[in-house]
Amino acid sequence: MLTITDLHAEIDGKPILNGLSLTVRAGEVHAIMGPNGAGKSTLAYVLGGRPGYEVTQGRVAFAGQNLLDLEPHERAAAGLFLGFQYPVEIPGVSNVQFLREALNAQRRSRGEEPLSGGEFLRLAREKAALLNLDMEMLKRHVNVGFSGGEKKRAEMVQMGILDPRFAILDETDSGLDIDALRVVGDGINAIMRAPDKGVLLITHYQRLLDYVRPDYVHILSGGRIVKTGAADLAVRLEAEGYDGVMAEAAA
Amino acid sequence: MTESVILPTRRDEAWRYSDTDAIAGIDLGRFEHWEDVDVPAGETLRRCVIIADADGPNDATELRRLRVRVGDGARCELFVVVSSGRLGRVEVVALLGDGAHLELGGVTIGGRDTTREIVSRVAHEKPNGTSNQVVRAVHWGRGTGNFLGRIDVVSGAQKTDAAQSFRGLILERGASVNAVPQLEIFADDVKCAHGATVGQLDEQARFYMAARGLPPEVARRLLVQAFVADAFVALDNENERERLMRVVLDKLDRHL
Repeated sequence: MLTITDLHAEIDGKPILNGLSLTVRAGEVHAIMGPNGAGKSTLAYVLGGRPGYEVTQGRVAFAGQNLLDLEPHERAAAGLFLGFQYPVEIPGVSNVQFLREALNAQRRSRGEEPLSGGEFLRLAREKAALLNLDMEMLKRHVNVGFSGGEKKRAEMVQMGILDPRFAILDETDSGLDIDALRVVGDGINAIMRAPDKGVLLITHYQRLLDYVRPDYVHILSGGRIVKTGAADLAVRLEAEGYDGVMAEAAA
Repeated sequence: MTESVILPTRRDEAWRYSDTDAIAGIDLGRFEHWEDVDVPAGETLRRCVIIADADGPNDATELRRLRVRVGDGARCELFVVVSSGRLGRVEVVALLGDGAHLELGGVTIGGRDTTREIVSRVAHEKPNGTSNQVVRAVHWGRGTGNFLGRIDVVSGAQKTDAAQSFRGLILERGASVNAVPQLEIFADDVKCAHGATVGQLDEQARFYMAARGLPPEVARRLLVQAFVADAFVALDNENERERLMRVVLDKLDRHL
């Protein structure tokens, strides 16, 4: 469903990704772990099409299309969702207005009818309840005045409403307390665990993976995947640290 | 009609950033015309002033000059949109009585090589007066938006509380925005707050919105709407608020 081949990317002329290859098939959840500066967030931004991230080599195929040829909003319409590590505050724009416009823009580009105000609110209410987020929060301005945990839950509510085929979640677990972590984990499973969907979970810690069990765990270091394993690789990382596991990989 | 009117030049402080060439051919009677508005003590007056594309004769230069006397304890609310095709200028002089309030919300918006401006002078002539001015400017092309806001507080006008906020948004390189706050305060127990900033659309917000599927022009429209909304917050009438916002967004939709 998502095939990354020999991806090289740089920011301001500085190479960050150095030949990254990765394939996620439909129905799979992959976790990407790695030390600070390994290129995890860069990978997320490159896949999302953030300006300033320049791909110098390589290909990314997503659901039969060349992802790198698409504008960021076209990638979203094609079914890609990027969960932000630091969700952006947009003063003056309510969540409801923002998400309804976003969903209907996506629907129009797929040739589907836009949702009416009532239909949208029903959908939003259902997804907010799934993530334990007060519907009142969705009437407020996008992420303005939200705590770190609320921002992350709001990201997952957005994902539920937009119902993507593929989600790249960049440190969605950071800033969450233990209870919120479970709610977010359950939300990811409910929204994205399906035979025709895929997930790339970028995380520092193993704890989210207790709730969202990955099919594969990859270690990213120096802009490349240096080791791939099953879910237990994350447990070993937690116990032995990146240095220990990667020293073995290098040996 | 008088022959002795001398049209201003850019050497005149109140016309410093204006397009004085655009007023060269103007009818002097129209130029000289000030509308006097009286708000009697204790009463409230609300007025919306729009200078939009089609409002001037043959899309010509358009000036609106208001002299407002706000009586003791009275309240005057002015909401202004200048989205003209040629020079558009709204001038407000407000004289405030004891405990009077002036609210001025204004937006200049547009491109071409047109100047659109709001010029205010709020005179706190008695104690306990309050005023709040919120002006937003959104420009592109080679368009210019100006806000010249002068606040006078005379020596006896204690307990005056005057606020002025200006923000400019430049959507394309080549557009410009000028802000001239001018505070003349001769009383010692007053509050006068003012702020002025100029910037561009938030790139982070634009990417965030794109990542959720909003095409760039839709994202920009939402951000501009949020940006100018501040100017209409104090307008307590939803229909009027929507009418002004429609004029603003219409300009954006049709001319950018």
